[in-house]
Amino acid sequence: MEPVLLRARGVPDSRAVDTYLSAGGYQGLRKALLLGPDAVTKEVLDSDLRGRGGAGFPTGRKWTFVPKDHPGPRYLICNADESEPGTFKDREIIEHDPHMVLEGIAIASYAIRANTAYIYIRGEFVRWARILEQAIAEARARGFLGPDVLGSGYGLDIWVHRGAGAYICGEETALIESIEGKRGFPRLKPPFPAVVGVFGKPTVVNNVETLACVPHIIERGAAWFASIGRPKNTGPKLFCVSGHVRRPGVVELPLGVTFREIIEEHCGGIRDGHTLKAFFPGGSSAPVMTAAEVDVRADFDACAEAGTMLGSGGVIVLDDSVDMVGAAANLAHFYAHESCGQCTPCREGSDWCMDILDRILDGRGRAEDPETLLRICRFASQGMTICPLGDAFALPISSIVKKFHEELESAIRRAAPRPQSKLPVLPWNGPRPGFGA
Amino acid sequence: MSTAPIAATPPEQLQSVVFDATLEGRIRELLSRYPTTRAALLPVLWLCQERYGWISPGVVRAVAERLGESPATVDGVVTFYTMFYTSPPARYVLQVCETLSCAVCGGAELLHHLEKRLGVKAGEKTADGLFQIVGVQCLGACGSAPVVQVNDDYYENLTLERLDALLDELAGRS
Ligand SMILES: Cc1cc2nc3c(=O)[nH]c(=O)nc-3n(C[C@H](O)[C@H](O)[C@H](O)COP(=O)(O)O)c2cc1C
Ligand code: SF4
Ligand code: FES
Repeated sequence: MEPVLLRARGVPDSRAVDTYLSAGGYQGLRKALLLGPDAVTKEVLDSDLRGRGGAGFPTGRKWTFVPKDHPGPRYLICNADESEPGTFKDREIIEHDPHMVLEGIAIASYAIRANTAYIYIRGEFVRWARILEQAIAEARARGFLGPDVLGSGYGLDIWVHRGAGAYICGEETALIESIEGKRGFPRLKPPFPAVVGVFGKPTVVNNVETLACVPHIIERGAAWFASIGRPKNTGPKLFCVSGHVRRPGVVELPLGVTFREIIEEHCGGIRDGHTLKAFFPGGSSAPVMTAAEVDVRADFDACAEAGTMLGSGGVIVLDDSVDMVGAAANLAHFYAHESCGQCTPCREGSDWCMDILDRILDGRGRAEDPETLLRICRFASQGMTICPLGDAFALPISSIVKKFHEELESAIRRAAPRPQSKLPVLPWNGPRPGFGA
Repeated sequence: MSTAPIAATPPEQLQSVVFDATLEGRIRELLSRYPTTRAALLPVLWLCQERYGWISPGVVRAVAERLGESPATVDGVVTFYTMFYTSPPARYVLQVCETLSCAVCGGAELLHHLEKRLGVKAGEKTADGLFQIVGVQCLGACGSAPVVQVNDDYYENLTLERLDALLDELAGRS
């Protein structure tokens, strides 16, 4: 496949606006301004583009939820929180091609008639926030942003808003609260952000990669985009491959390739002397897959059919050296640390799973532990919580309990702590002195 | 690449804080980006942390006053997020990623090595105030695990040797 989202990788001075222009940049925006907002939305609808942030929701449909007759301002938010473990694709786009993101934001904002857009970027990404700010200044100087975009009379400001360390702020309603200057506590839905979003106004939240697809769809047409991938799972996708492959990194492939192709052909396969044991197909919040499931197609529907999720496209690859109970404990630490604490099943459940898994690793497992873990996970998912973080911890943990049952049982039977050197688990330090909660 | 050290203003100088004209100008610019005053809270806190190195109770009071919020509200926000320092940090904060991809690619060894070399545990500062180790969650760079963020900068694909060289360099410069 010809690179689309990663076409600038390896190009000298790829971030400069002139480099972007010489590659045909900002042609999509020009075309959009001639088409008008509704035709732009129609083109994105026809392309079958689905959100790359995790849920795979049809992007054009989301835009149509913004009430047309709303009198006041509306907002577009570009989600650059990139907080799902195993995910590092948005950073790759921003590093090489920030103007592609800005052009996508401009077209999407125009389609929903928003005059202000915010890019919410995780606080740790200082370098990439600066890259975006510089690109915004350049785009403004050239008239691609500002009070009169390309002389069309349409005005757009884009502001970069930095987070400050909280996984939950990747969730769109927590993100909205965070922009409003509050703690990142997710909101109950409905109302959905498209109706009541940031500052109480209609708001569309889209991921960086989703928005980066938009200029290409407008410039080359919905049919071109839909010709890549598979029906209803269209377009190029960035897969972030980490863990025990020979060549980890971000690869761009059509949706619908198999995980085997991603791992073996594009990432050099498993490191020497080891074999594939398990992988998380779409970030750590997706149910785990075993080596026997590596021929599943990497698209939204095929993953759902296989009982997992394409999520963010973060493929975490684990080889036969990995202790799956340790892996489960590591993730339990993550979610226990990141739960915002509003809902009992998520706050207590993630903590409780962490304690049980740590106890098993310590050689103090109990026969009833697998059943208890599954019960806690059931209680935290399926709509029992305000946001999907409950599911996000329950799915990987319960899937490990089910698919690696024997390994868990034998860890429970062992009455001695696992040797420290074998643990992929690191100490979670709890509340850190001087570091807030 | 060379990482700039954090110069934390001592607590006694941050008991009552008055924003100078430069800071005030930047706050006004930030306020113009949002329809509410409250929305400028995170950016203003970042501005303060850049200036003072950390968010002291005095800074919390000054920010609250400037934005028309109560200190309790501001403190609630400061403590929700992990990146605002509520006590003076060391000159170099070593933020070691603890999450799965890093953990299975040598992150645990990095953390244990740092604890041994610096003689402090994760969460603590060295006696000379030069280094501080912090275990952090996924930094969004898992393809180049293991990853350590030092102040604002990412150091990726680290080995024990490269980490030692980095520490030597940072220690030599201070
Ligand atoms: C716990 C949690 C964390 C999330 N983190 C991110 C994130 O880091 N980046 C992102 O784009 N979406 C994230 N999402 C999904 C967003 O809520 C939202 O669905 C997405 O930004 C919509 O964009 P899209 O339609 O373009 O995919 C997260 C969701 C949950 C529940
Ligand atoms: S599910 Fe967890 S993270 Fe989401 S709102 Fe409830 S407590 Fe917070
Ligand atoms: S797991 Fe360490 S950067 Fe993602």
